[in-house]
Amino acid sequence: MKGNEAIAHAAVRYGVDGYFGYPITPQSEILETLEELMPWQTTGMVVLQAESEIAAINMVYGGAATGKACMTSSSSPGVSLKQEGISYIAAGELPALIINCMRGGPGLGTIQPSQADYFQATKGGGHGDYHLIVLAPASVQEMADFVGLGFDLAYQYRNPVMMLADGVIGQMMEKVTLPPMRPRRTDEEIALQCPWAVTGCPSTRKPNIMTTLELDPALMEKHNIHLQEKYDLIKANETRYEEHLTDDCEYLIVAFGCVARICQKAMEEARAEGIKVGLLRPITLWPFPSAEIERLSHQVKGILVVELNAGQMIEDVRLSFNGDTPVHHFGRMGGIVMDPDEVFVALKEKFQL
Amino acid sequence: MKEEIIIAGFGGQGVLSMGKILAYAGLMDNLEVTWMPSYGPEQRGGTANVTVILSDAPISSPVLNSYDTAVILNQQSLDKFESKVKPGGTLIYDPYSIHHAPTRTDITIIPVEAMEATFELGSAKSYNMVLLGALLKVRPLVSVDAVMAGLKKTLPERHHHLLPVNKQAIMRGLELPA
Repeated sequence: MKGNEAIAHAAVRYGVDGYFGYPITPQSEILETLEELMPWQTTGMVVLQAESEIAAINMVYGGAATGKACMTSSSSPGVSLKQEGISYIAAGELPALIINCMRGGPGLGTIQPSQADYFQATKGGGHGDYHLIVLAPASVQEMADFVGLGFDLAYQYRNPVMMLADGVIGQMMEKVTLPPMRPRRTDEEIALQCPWAVTGCPSTRKPNIMTTLELDPALMEKHNIHLQEKYDLIKANETRYEEHLTDDCEYLIVAFGCVARICQKAMEEARAEGIKVGLLRPITLWPFPSAEIERLSHQVKGILVVELNAGQMIEDVRLSFNGDTPVHHFGRMGGIVMDPDEVFVALKEKFQL
Repeated sequence: MKEEIIIAGFGGQGVLSMGKILAYAGLMDNLEVTWMPSYGPEQRGGTANVTVILSDAPISSPVLNSYDTAVILNQQSLDKFESKVKPGGTLIYDPYSIHHAPTRTDITIIPVEAMEATFELGSAKSYNMVLLGALLKVRPLVSVDAVMAGLKKTLPERHHHLLPVNKQAIMRGLELPA
């Protein structure tokens, strides 16, 4: 099935309580598939086409405040519209899953694949000092798996999670094993798991208040320090990446999402010509696998960062180490996807191989 | 075994669904598959194409620049993809909408009169299945049984009465390549 369809099936199977979205290419199949599955008749999951992206993210904000597992999805221009709500959800420390199936920008852009929202996803996007946990799927299987992983992390750390996909992974079809069906949590289970949730206050406890406004700057700084401590914990525990043939590599390619797949083929071509290339694919874009890149920077003669943008993740690669290992970028923009040959040619040109 | 295939033609000719059925057939035969479409406005009139990879090992890039086999249904697609068939590869095309036939000598070129065959069959919508039959004759990548199982899986149940017509088209396609 398609990556977008896999997300919809995985959401129902995980026991998600609510999906709120607004259609936009290349991710409309998520909403379409959910409407076809009609989970409100089986698991009781709410599926709602909101009047806008802004409405959808604020429905997620409201639903998440009650401890329910809520998600939304969109593509680049739509995700820009959601940024205010995402900042509020991060400030309120609410678990939620936001999917961005990126397309070419800036502006309304194109409908073809892109990775130009890397900065927006990993550096904030909305206002204030906050981070999303950012997962970058590279296969249809991961589109399905990261729904569950995303919600698990979101609840564990009380932090919104973004799945940063792209038009390639959303639109392509591959073999996928769907996660097992599990029931939605009961109200009692939610109350137990989320003692902070706004669930209707019995007289036996103090009311829970969900707000992101704090007029006392001293208290707001305290909240910020708490958030930063949480982010440090996430960095320590949840950095994920995958490596291919890095043991003996002399050149390292760093790429995420669909581009990592394209680079894997370029790596195979390079290896066939005797050039020892390895590949590191960050699975979490935030937290970023800096320590591993630092380690490999001592081993390799050069690093090529390949992205569907003008050079965004390359900044995090450069920030990962202080040495003088050369780091180059190769990218295509605006919805054009590079093919494996282009990556191999770029590698040879940049490092004069 | 690994086969990298491009199917290209006009939007509406059944290019994407032909690829989808081929990919599902691959699934039925326990192969790894990827199906990567061109998506967007071209589906509604312009050129459309789909990359299908069938392999017995995990597949890396779903995006390719050269192909083992090309199935070409119009002139624009021939102009675009003839040069991208790997040396020794196969190019199947329908001469019905082609003004300048392919000229390469380092690949196997096979014209398939699929449009004519659908006129004879009296079922224009089964055009892509005639072509799929022709492809399977030249490149027996999956079994006809697997294709039928794939068809059954991709067609909504309300269209299952069309399965025999599609099978007939595939069988006709199998007879076409010279």
